[in-house]
Amino acid sequence: MSETDRKIRVLVAKPGLDGHDRGAKVIASVFRDAGFEVIYTGLHQTPEMIVSAAVQEDVDVVAMSVLSGAHMTLFPRVRELLDAEGADHVLLTGGGIIPEDDMKELEKKGVGRLFGPGTPTTEAVRYIREWFEENRQPEGV
Amino acid sequence: MSTIEREVPTESLKEKLRKKEEEVDALRRELARWQAEHRDAPTRDTSFTSVSGREVEPLYTPLDREDAPGYLEGQGLPGRYPFTRGPYGTMYRTRLWTMRQFAGFATARETNERYHYLLRNGQTGLSVAFDFPTLMGYDSDHPRSLGEVGVCGVAISSLADMETLFDGIPLDQVSVSMTINGPAIILFCFYVAAAEKQGVSSDQLRGTVQNDILKEYQAQHAWVFPPEPALRAIVDMFEWCSEHAPLYNPISISGYHIREAGATASQELAFTLRNGFEYVERGIERGLDVDSFAPRLSFFFDIHNDFFEEVAKLRAARRIWARHMKEAYGARNPASWRLRTHCQTAGVTLTAQQPENNIVRVAYQAMAAVLGGTQSLHTNSMDETLALPTEKSVRVALRTQQVLAHETGVPNTIDPLAGSYYVETLTDELEAEAQGLFREIDEIGGVVPGIEAGWFQKEIAHSALRQQEEMESGQRVIVGVNEFTDGSEEVAIDTLRIDPEVEERQRDQMARLREERDSAAVERTLDALTEAARSGENLVPRILDCARAYCTLYEIRHAMEKEFGSYKEPVFF
Repeated sequence: MSETDRKIRVLVAKPGLDGHDRGAKVIASVFRDAGFEVIYTGLHQTPEMIVSAAVQEDVDVVAMSVLSGAHMTLFPRVRELLDAEGADHVLLTGGGIIPEDDMKELEKKGVGRLFGPGTPTTEAVRYIREWFEENRQPEGV
Repeated sequence: MSTIEREVPTESLKEKLRKKEEEVDALRRELARWQAEHRDAPTRDTSFTSVSGREVEPLYTPLDREDAPGYLEGQGLPGRYPFTRGPYGTMYRTRLWTMRQFAGFATARETNERYHYLLRNGQTGLSVAFDFPTLMGYDSDHPRSLGEVGVCGVAISSLADMETLFDGIPLDQVSVSMTINGPAIILFCFYVAAAEKQGVSSDQLRGTVQNDILKEYQAQHAWVFPPEPALRAIVDMFEWCSEHAPLYNPISISGYHIREAGATASQELAFTLRNGFEYVERGIERGLDVDSFAPRLSFFFDIHNDFFEEVAKLRAARRIWARHMKEAYGARNPASWRLRTHCQTAGVTLTAQQPENNIVRVAYQAMAAVLGGTQSLHTNSMDETLALPTEKSVRVALRTQQVLAHETGVPNTIDPLAGSYYVETLTDELEAEAQGLFREIDEIGGVVPGIEAGWFQKEIAHSALRQQEEMESGQRVIVGVNEFTDGSEEVAIDTLRIDPEVEERQRDQMARLREERDSAAVERTLDALTEAARSGENLVPRILDCARAYCTLYEIRHAMEKEFGSYKEPVFF
């Protein structure tokens, strides 16, 4: 398959103990309908489990859903582990109940855009597509 | 009416019937004319469906009620079979609903202060929100708890925390509801042991523990054990409570989380009641007399945006429960037929955009709950899509209920929407849809096989996706989100933040507890619990012993897990 029509591979992940997966499942379906290749981790994943899945599945993007308020622990931890595993080219994005100020702080720590409640899912799709256009590595290089 | 009929001569009865028929014919003709007249009338560009996707007619008349069962069979009187009009005879004329705000954050100390604040402000019951580690059965110092201690609720890892939580709150007087499921039996024992420390015996305890594991597998996903041992623990609690805590509700069969996860009104209604029947069947299989535990089964429904559909849902729930308990399960005590419920306004309807609008949404939902005849109510705070609520927004939410109770006149008469052609028709429709879903669940082999196959989860996710699509296409208007946006969406409102230091303090406290307690007693009681898990004896007395010895939540969970194993979810989207 040529680089131009390669599918974007996305890992949709639910880190931490929070079981509210309505958002994660909706966004996974939307990504699939948008033509992405989607892997969903299931619930109650540790950062280690998520990063190991991301590396194993060779994804372009990790999209995490966090509604539990633990985002300031979970996003930086997954970023750190991704970088440590040589997956620093992987985009870490996500959504959930995340205050504006925290989003800015996480951005400084190498986390991509985060989406709050009420964001149209199309916005997340567009963001990932644009990121992929700008950042993808030619395959086999 | 029947007495009058018996007194009048036959001729005049015939006359009456003839008149009635004439009236119906006249209405039919009038209605046809009305329809013809308005057939080509312009309609607004909207779908005229309920939030759940139900088609709503422009007009309901007595003709919609022609095939309905008679008044006594379909509605009856409040406090009487089939309880459509309310579970109690005099409803809010005797006692208003319990205003019960769900609250919990940080450590037991901070939450205890919030409880004292709420009680001072006229709240009439307490409702405990636990943090995620507690909900999943982990101690605050367990590695999996990292970053989540006290963030979404209060951290309770042992009897010591439970004692602090209710410090200065007399548990023989205040009824307490605890939202906990996977490890419910453990937290319940902490609660009973904390009451003992206050000198309050278990037979004086009023209140509720959610303890509804089936909907956890289906929707909310805070589980610990696999279905079979989890159901056994629940029946152990039915059995123990019927003897030792007769005023306590050992379960709150909950549609709330099913609805919040995306279900429609009829899915919420059907899945919840079917889960309720499952618990009843498990109790009967154990050999319990249905009337010994059924009167203490309680319910919890979500109150969403569609006003009339929600009112009708509560009315239908009572009628379905009563009919099944009496006819299918042979309950003879009317208290077993009576569905009592807590309600909460729908968190999922609140918006981060223009958050003050949420106050209005909550007020309408609260009114629907009361018109539906709820026994207790939580009104959500306007800032809940952003963070845990502040004291101020909790006060507004509580005041919303107080205005409803004391200013609107709504509670003055019982079930005031009864007899509305629309509300009665909706009530019947919801009941019929629920019966249809019961049949589908039977066809897939019942509740537990349905969970294992992911059937419930898929049905709910499918409905959630449909709603998201409706919202994004603009087919369903969400004020301040996809319409009526004016640049004022991002409102800076104060939110409550949990200091990361809370986690550290809680960890230190755990270290001290492990140091100070009698470790021989810990080991002895935990071993006895594992043995009880194996032998099948009732778990409650064993867990109570563990609680009294200050075993921690995770230690107790682990002692059972050795025997029960843990639940693995079917993953899909």
